[in-house]
Amino acid sequence: MTEVKRTPLFPEYEKLGAKTVDFGGWDLPVQFSSIKEEHHATRESAGLFDVSHMGEIDVKGSDSEAYLQKMITNDLSKVKVGQAQYTAMCYEDGGTVDDFLVYKLKEDHFLLVVNAANTQKDFDWLQEHVEGEVTLTNISNDLVQLALQGPKAEKILQKLTDDDLSKIKFFRFKERVVFDGIENPALVSRTGYTGEDGFEIYLNKNSGSDLWQAILETGKNDGLLPVGLGARDTLRFEANLALYGQELTKNITPIEAGLNFAVKVKKDVEFIGKEVLKQQKEEGPSRKLIGLEMVDKGIPRNGYEVLKNGEVVGFITSGTQSPSLGKNLGLAIVDTAYTNVGETLTVQVRKKQLEAKVIERPFYKKS
Amino acid sequence: MSLPKEFRYSEEHEWVKDEGDNLRIGITDFAQSELGDIVFVELPEVGDDLELDAPFGSVESVKTVSELYAPVAGKVVEVNEDLEDSPELVNESPHEKAWMVVVEPSDKSQLDDLMDADAYKEMTEDE
Repeated sequence: MTEVKRTPLFPEYEKLGAKTVDFGGWDLPVQFSSIKEEHHATRESAGLFDVSHMGEIDVKGSDSEAYLQKMITNDLSKVKVGQAQYTAMCYEDGGTVDDFLVYKLKEDHFLLVVNAANTQKDFDWLQEHVEGEVTLTNISNDLVQLALQGPKAEKILQKLTDDDLSKIKFFRFKERVVFDGIENPALVSRTGYTGEDGFEIYLNKNSGSDLWQAILETGKNDGLLPVGLGARDTLRFEANLALYGQELTKNITPIEAGLNFAVKVKKDVEFIGKEVLKQQKEEGPSRKLIGLEMVDKGIPRNGYEVLKNGEVVGFITSGTQSPSLGKNLGLAIVDTAYTNVGETLTVQVRKKQLEAKVIERPFYKKS
Repeated sequence: MSLPKEFRYSEEHEWVKDEGDNLRIGITDFAQSELGDIVFVELPEVGDDLELDAPFGSVESVKTVSELYAPVAGKVVEVNEDLEDSPELVNESPHEKAWMVVVEPSDKSQLDDLMDADAYKEMTEDE
């Protein structure tokens, strides 16, 4: 047993009486009040998340861009300083190492924000492939990351800073944003993992608790709630944002997971996994991600088998009762022959075979 | 929430209420609070047999599925139909409105193997 890790915000969860669980080696809050309540608060007002467990890898040096272009599936050449990009990083066979955000800080300086449980694996994989003048540094322990998400996110955060947040457009960021009474400045990006408008905020770990408290206090009257991992999962699920370990794994390619927009096979660089991904993108993958709605009563869960005429044709990657839609929904990787909207499939829910139908994705889009 | 003194409790967090010929079964306040928002309850049908310690249904929260294990053996004589449309009753009233089944026990002495309120309270405080 390795020791369970805690983010610098842990004392804040304790004050709020959150219920914590071991999540990939991190002692994190699953909920502060109720998953449903926190979910609805984020959709209707705003939710504040501590996501400091996420990994941050700093990439610096004159060959950084050329090197990253070989490592990732998306095309960094179109990204300007001050922009962030969502990408996958793959193995030679197209299976996924991780999916993450790349922030372009300077022409020769990037920040990768990766999944917590993959941080060391990503770092090792990146280090193994370094070419030219590139320096990688794992700076995960120096930073806290807060996410403020929801339709009132901008209104609330703007009360704490003189920087004009409305100027930070979707997938853009600003460095050295100063918040009232907070010692260290922050990097603020208009990004998130909920399907709502909102921000992700990175700053020195010593200022984490101060900013957390300031945002909670400022947003109180607008219905802001602190949100745990439970609602983070239901929110991202409804918006069909992939979760590494479920929709994406070393055995699932980003094309199979429906992330075609993040795989640029026309990019003029031989990036790792290109051959397989190019073929899948051009010819169509033999299996792919679909959305399912249960027709019979039951809830699909990760790992349950999906069948057609008694034959296993796929598996559920994520499933729950959608708090926003009130329906029992699932995401599944299924043989392409059975992926048309309206197709009827069966899900093995423990001892029962229950009917489900293929529906449009994503399940939820902000209005 | 206080634990009714007259109930008996299982290690799997079910409560059993002695109603003379029959026993009423549900899950404890501790169990519902550990599970969080309950969104689905799957129960047996009237006439089904419950086998001691075997799963007889499940309770699903947003996050997880949890099986219900029979604290006693017997035949199901009544099922709480309200939970089909209102699973949230399990969160709101675990010891009363959200009873799950009523069984006619095959051996009522199995009740003696269950915990009383004090023993159950002690068990949950250790968790």
